[in-house]
Amino acid sequence: MSFAKSVRSFFLVELVRGMALTFSYMFRPRVTLNYPFEKGPLSPRFRGELALRRYPSGEERCIACKLCEAVCPAQAITIEAEPRADGSRRTTRFDIDMTKCIYCGLCQESCPVDSIVLGPNFEYGTETHAELLYNKQKLLDNGDRWEAQIAANISADVKYR
Amino acid sequence: MIEAIFFYIFSAVLILSAAMVVSARNPVHAVLFLILAFFNAASLFVMLGAEFIAMTLVIVYVGAVAVLFLFVVMMLDINFAELRRGMMKHLPVGGFVGVVLLIELIWLYVTSQIDPSAASRVASPVPDANVITNTHALGQVLYTQYVYPFQISGLILLVAMIGAITLTLRPLPRARRQNVSKQVSREVKDVLKVIKVETGAGVE
Amino acid sequence: MADLFTTYVVPVLWIALKIMMIVVPLLMGMAYLTYAERKILAAMQMRQGPMVVGMYGLLQPFADAVKLLGKETIIPTGANKFVFVMAPMLTFVLSLVAWAVIPVSDGFVIANINVGVLYLFAISSMGVYGILMAGWASNSHYAFLGGLRAAAQMVSYEVSMGLVLVTVLLTTGSLNLSQIVTAEHPWWVSLLLFPMFVIFVISALAETNRSPFDLPEGESELVGGFNVEYSSMTFALFFLGEYMNMILMSGMTSILFLGGWLPPFGIAALGFIPGPIWFALKVCFVLFIFIWARGTMPRYRYDQLMRLGWKVFLPFTLAWVVLMAGALLYNNALPGM
Repeated sequence: MSFAKSVRSFFLVELVRGMALTFSYMFRPRVTLNYPFEKGPLSPRFRGELALRRYPSGEERCIACKLCEAVCPAQAITIEAEPRADGSRRTTRFDIDMTKCIYCGLCQESCPVDSIVLGPNFEYGTETHAELLYNKQKLLDNGDRWEAQIAANISADVKYR
Repeated sequence: MIEAIFFYIFSAVLILSAAMVVSARNPVHAVLFLILAFFNAASLFVMLGAEFIAMTLVIVYVGAVAVLFLFVVMMLDINFAELRRGMMKHLPVGGFVGVVLLIELIWLYVTSQIDPSAASRVASPVPDANVITNTHALGQVLYTQYVYPFQISGLILLVAMIGAITLTLRPLPRARRQNVSKQVSREVKDVLKVIKVETGAGVE
Repeated sequence: MADLFTTYVVPVLWIALKIMMIVVPLLMGMAYLTYAERKILAAMQMRQGPMVVGMYGLLQPFADAVKLLGKETIIPTGANKFVFVMAPMLTFVLSLVAWAVIPVSDGFVIANINVGVLYLFAISSMGVYGILMAGWASNSHYAFLGGLRAAAQMVSYEVSMGLVLVTVLLTTGSLNLSQIVTAEHPWWVSLLLFPMFVIFVISALAETNRSPFDLPEGESELVGGFNVEYSSMTFALFFLGEYMNMILMSGMTSILFLGGWLPPFGIAALGFIPGPIWFALKVCFVLFIFIWARGTMPRYRYDQLMRLGWKVFLPFTLAWVVLMAGALLYNNALPGM
């Protein structure tokens, strides 16, 4: 070992430099968020919780074409349909197993009426499995709750399509 | 009165734990009782006013020797039932040594009571604790009157240490040792070369 | 009857009060040491640390305490019950009794004994028994390995630490902690003591099983080491004991090397701040170094740790004792001469 090296190791230079580095990091801005109170930005294309949308008139968009059910690679969607009293074709059952869903977004892509969408919500953890087996009512409620943001996201994304 | 109570507590625990050291079923328990015995002996020293010796007893025996003891006893899976079988065989010898020690102690006590000149034969009077601390008093005796025995005991310990090392240190031909300073002093420029290679030329 | 009252009851109550005055701030300090550690480590890693419980997470230690108290104490099958429960108690008690001799300020000490340094040394050397007993009694391989590591580590560092103490005692000429603080020595002695300060802090890290010497715990290879099998209150006692030991070692460092309750560098103008505050500030400074080291250094390997203790620190401190004694003798600066 050279003389300079010996001196450096005797005075613990490397140790001190390492300590100085960590000390300097103490005064850098924090990179983490205080999560439940602060949240990171989301892309308009963010694929979160599933929702069924309505027209502004309040009429549900879904026409029971079952394209989403057919395209779903995880087979998470189950649809049953019947003509309604006014003659229009509507779903009587629209179930999505959120524990099967892989958030690929193919259902949204296939939907001809922009009914089924993956919304911006990602905080819907539950305590039981059964709570994640969504029925039509739950999906429509999701759509009603997140409509403003979903509509904004779709219009922000439309020019890239 | 309080002092007497504490003396009897400490000495009773000391004797009981010493008895447990030889009679405990589990070797680890035996060592833990040994530690308790050391500790109570240290407390008795404190009560005598010999705080330096008390602390040294704890540091050396409890803090170092007994740790290694415990270490070894825990590591070795000793079958204590087998050891116990030999107890009856060794009892006469052990008992004999114990009786001899007891007689010696009684002898010492009796003579000190009978012989009037015994008090003057005490090596050096213990200085008053208010004038000089225990540590100073010990040092003054140890480095003046007993300097040769002190140095000789140190030498004996040194010889014992060297002996232990030479007995256990065998050169292992296959042993691969780590040279930390060599590893640390390695630098990038000694071991790494960055070469710009011409396309199609290859590296020689 | 009145005699009994004045000779026994009043002094005992007075001592109990003094003990409370040391222990209560100590426990509070310990609680906030855990908080400070999490915050400082977070800052060094550009994180935020605990933020939810209370303002800036200030109530986090209490939340943790409640959580630990509410848990179930599990004693593993095949564990040696008595030793298993005794081990954390021993650790905690030892970390508390050592404070009996620590002078917080001039005259403010529970027991001002003449062999204070040796007492501290004895108590801290016994701290390993808690870990060793825990490791053995858990009847678990990880815990056992942790205990064995603790024993080997302790034995390696005790010796060089003792020699560091000897150099300090050479300059002060007393084993009494209060006298060590008030002892005056020339500036070059302080300069010579500085390497000993560094070695003492490093040894203290090893003594308290703190990173980078946290081998007995070694969560990455021993999944928690000696305290794997512990839960609830028994674990809490180990935890308390570890942090208490950290504070104790910082207190020892500040008494031996940083001048205890005196203002730093002997600046008389700063004397208006009371002694206990200076003492607490110095303890905090050393504790910050402890946490800082944890934020900087990775864990040592087991054999490297032994090597450092026996082959680096021991010869160095031994040489330094001789050098120090020689320098003091040459300059006629030996105390008590």
